[in-house]
Amino acid sequence: MTGLSRRRLLLGGAAAGAGAAATLGAARAGILPVASAEPSADAAGVNGERTVPFHGPHQAGVTSAPGAHAVYLALDLLPATDRDRLAAWLRLLTDDAARLTQGRGALADLEPELAVRPAGLTATFGLGPEAVRRAGAKAPAWLGPLPAFPEIDALEDRWSGGDAVVLLHGDDPTSIAHLARMIVRDSRSFATLRWRQAGFRRAYGSDPSGTTMRNLFGQVDGSTTPKPGDAAFDAAVWAGSEAPAWLRGGTSLVLRRIAMDLEGWDEVGVDGREASVGRRLSDGAPLTGGAETDPIDLEARDASGFTVINPAAHAARAHVADPARGIVRMGFSYDDPVEPGATDSQGRPAVSNVGLLFGSWQRDVDAQFVPMQRRLARADLLNTWTTPIGSGVWAIPPGCEEGGFVGEGLFA
Amino acid sequence: MHVRPLALAASAAAALLLAGCATDAASEDAALTVTDPWVKTAVPEDMMSAAFGTLTNTTDEDITVVAATSDAFPTLELHEVVDGSMQAIDGGFAIPAGESLTLEPGGLHLMIMELPEAIEAGDEVDFTLELSSGETVDFTATAKDFDGGNEEYHGSDMDMGSSE
Repeated sequence: MTGLSRRRLLLGGAAAGAGAAATLGAARAGILPVASAEPSADAAGVNGERTVPFHGPHQAGVTSAPGAHAVYLALDLLPATDRDRLAAWLRLLTDDAARLTQGRGALADLEPELAVRPAGLTATFGLGPEAVRRAGAKAPAWLGPLPAFPEIDALEDRWSGGDAVVLLHGDDPTSIAHLARMIVRDSRSFATLRWRQAGFRRAYGSDPSGTTMRNLFGQVDGSTTPKPGDAAFDAAVWAGSEAPAWLRGGTSLVLRRIAMDLEGWDEVGVDGREASVGRRLSDGAPLTGGAETDPIDLEARDASGFTVINPAAHAARAHVADPARGIVRMGFSYDDPVEPGATDSQGRPAVSNVGLLFGSWQRDVDAQFVPMQRRLARADLLNTWTTPIGSGVWAIPPGCEEGGFVGEGLFA
Repeated sequence: MHVRPLALAASAAAALLLAGCATDAASEDAALTVTDPWVKTAVPEDMMSAAFGTLTNTTDEDITVVAATSDAFPTLELHEVVDGSMQAIDGGFAIPAGESLTLEPGGLHLMIMELPEAIEAGDEVDFTLELSSGETVDFTATAKDFDGGNEEYHGSDMDMGSSE
């Protein structure tokens, strides 16, 4: 393995994702694991010190590679949180995030020792329609609950909505927990915690960085989603002149909590599993051949004249010819305690409560997310085993520079 | 002890900018810099509050802070906590050349004695420190909700516990 590729492995998403940068100096090279033919573990704790810059034109959680862990916090504004108080709140939360993501304790932080291993920690703030209204600013037309998808939705309030959302992701759950704690502590005078959802991917170091995640159905999930730095990513994600001025350079977040019926999935063989998605389980490659990231051929036919990819397969239904008009996905699995009294799809006492925190970035929810979701709701073989139980849409303001705060454009 | 080496100052200076604190020309050139300043939220019924932060002496001469003022409060005192009781500190806050002094809950602090109105979370409160040289240093503290440090406000009947 070359020095460069070993370094890329160790630096994880920071090396892979444009806009993200590691603060590790060349002096660090001396303590990296020795070169070997195989990917090697980070035995030096280097990843703990990895920082993703907080300040910049875009919020860092959008432009950085997803961490191994994620926490979403949704908050509802207190009645007394008016325009001035909303600005004060966003300034406080921005300050907490700006410090803790860079490995420094927050102001009035009683546990600054927890800050020193950010491990790529990022914080991304989003606002719902009520927050934009309190600010007295104009909201984009798409900001509000998604239209109902009665074919599939089984939404629960406890996983849905919120006047504001915070997404924390990084490779270290302790640093995430500490920033989450500072945020809820500093929100007490302004808002109440509506819900908290935690998710994960493979642990840092388990896969080479940049590996597409596997969801808990075992599927390679997100092979075609544009990566930060791709032209398609920029075109799909960043709000431009069509958006209110405060949102330009920002985007939107759709979060769907999708319960996965593992017991039902157990009954499906490999062929059925692959057919339902249109991709091979082993490596995520399209059933029409090639490698994981090769284009899927929806027209290819087998000897009997049927398309190789079932027209109702997930990959066929979700396919967007122009990725700039699609969405950018950021998924995390959840594996939560079984809820008291829950039963599985066969009526037995439930033994699992798993699913996917399906997040997506797009510049226009109505133009990009809704048409795709509508196609999937009408027909998607995966719907047999998946159920959306939570849903929310937030505007994600652009990033800020030092001395500024996320959302400051609302108060201009 | 509250005296800390200057090595911390570089990162603390960046924090000053982050927090949107006083950065006018006068304070940038000041012999004394104030980093990470914050003030505990309070309502008038609390009667008192306190402000904290790190004071760094950028010169090679010792500096003494002899007083603090704020347009927001009629009375400010420089306090220390000794054996669990807070009291006005004799002679002010002394900061040796090139060193830093941390004001923190349970230790040295700027005591706000009378609260004309509430300090709300996120408020930006202006303070001025007066040095023995006659110079002044302005800074702006961010108000934060803080459940700790209450021992300061209960006179001699408090339990310092693990604060310092």
